[in-house]
Amino acid sequence: MEILQVVAVGFVATTLLVIIRQQRPELAVLLSIAVGTLIFLFVLGQLATVLRALEELAARAGLDRFYLTTVLKIIGVAYLAEFGAQVCRDAGEGAVAAKVELAGKVLILVLAVPVIVAVLEFMLRLLP
Amino acid sequence: MSMDVGLIFKIAGIGILIAILNIVLKQAGKDEQAQMLTLAGVVVVLLLVIQLINQLFNEVRVIFQLY
Repeated sequence: MEILQVVAVGFVATTLLVIIRQQRPELAVLLSIAVGTLIFLFVLGQLATVLRALEELAARAGLDRFYLTTVLKIIGVAYLAEFGAQVCRDAGEGAVAAKVELAGKVLILVLAVPVIVAVLEFMLRLLP
Repeated sequence: MSMDVGLIFKIAGIGILIAILNIVLKQAGKDEQAQMLTLAGVVVVLLLVIQLINQLFNEVRVIFQLY
């Protein structure tokens, strides 16, 4: 039961964070980053198997590899941007968090442009 | 897959230790040394956390094929 591990780590970390935050808020921020990263890494390891299965399905369906990679990249950018923004917001820097989220959105848009162009070209080919 | 809980305890231990030493130094009237101690503690923990974040970024890059 992996979820028990995650919940236990969360409880332990929360208890330690409450103790440290009264004395040293700057170390509490670093500890919360460390805990977030640890849990994230753990989840990522589990996610890898799902992604491999998705890739296999896409290969069997004869899907162009380019599209699947684009989707994966977008998910990765979204995960990272969300993680960074949450760390900033935890430390009380809402403005920086908003900028990180904005950057994430723009970069996702950049990654999505080739797909949008491909769709538009396909529609142009369909039109007489 | 298991989590490295030792790192959490390490960081929390450094935090509590520095908090206590800080109080002791402040009581002894050595405010400057207390400040330096705080700075050193933050740098040490930052080094630990940076390694972890580096690992996270590398893994995300490999899994989601971001290059």
